Amino acid sequence: MVDRIPILKMGRYLLLSIQVDMHDQLALDLQEDLTQQIVKHRAKGVLIDISSLEIVDSFIGRMLAHIANVSQILDAKVIVVGMQPAVAITLVELGLSLEGIATALNVEKGMRWLERNVDEDLSLECERGDDPDLSAEAGD
Amino acid sequence: MGTTQTFPLKQETDIVVIRQQVRKVAEQARLGLVSQTKIVTAASEIARNALIYGGGGEARLTGTQRDGRSAVHLVIIDHGAGIEDLDKAMVDGYTSGNGLGLGLSGARRLVDDFSIRSAPGEGTTVELWKWR
Repeated sequence: MVDRIPILKMGRYLLLSIQVDMHDQLALDLQEDLTQQIVKHRAKGVLIDISSLEIVDSFIGRMLAHIANVSQILDAKVIVVGMQPAVAITLVELGLSLEGIATALNVEKGMRWLERNVDEDLSLECERGDDPDLSAEAGD
Repeated sequence: MGTTQTFPLKQETDIVVIRQQVRKVAEQARLGLVSQTKIVTAASEIARNALIYGGGGEARLTGTQRDGRSAVHLVIIDHGAGIEDLDKAMVDGYTSGNGLGLGLSGARRLVDDFSIRSAPGEGTTVELWKWR
């Protein structure tokens, strides 16, 4: 069985694609890994692709909500992309609304959402002159 | 048709195995994709409950017929402390642990027939049906 979900860094973003049927510990490990990577890379956005996930039960739903909350506190935006329609229907009937989690239909739309939301944030901070290092950072 | 397979439910990874087997039988019963997803999700919720709150047990899975329709029949049994107040346990948002309290109530909404038997000290048996 897989024991880690790989997390890829791309510029200011972290990307991960969940392509296995996760057991609960794997989901908890992912939560922790991702939190550490956000801090380590000072990531501004996280894209989570769940297009290969055949179910999202309350445990995985809770993991996604937890990741979104923690990331927000660490000043990174999270978007969940690619949920299969059957999974979405099932989630609603299960009673999970995934409130507070941004979603997009696919990776491209998700990346566009991140670009838009992260850029807005950066320009706001620049205007206020909060962080003198920011212009250098935004360029890498 | 009608052979019952029994799977252990002793550790977290057993939940994954049960999900995969339920998916396989649901496909064989030619359930639609949404129905497959619902029974697999319900199985996941109930199996996790049985493991966490009931200390584990087993799952009995049958591809069968119900009123002339092909169906999936899943029975999940634990030998834990049992549930004292079943009515309360079936309410959305009620949890005795630190979950979301959606397991039982949510799973019931996802299947075509749901029954639960439990008594303090006697464990819990949950029966799920999904048919075409």
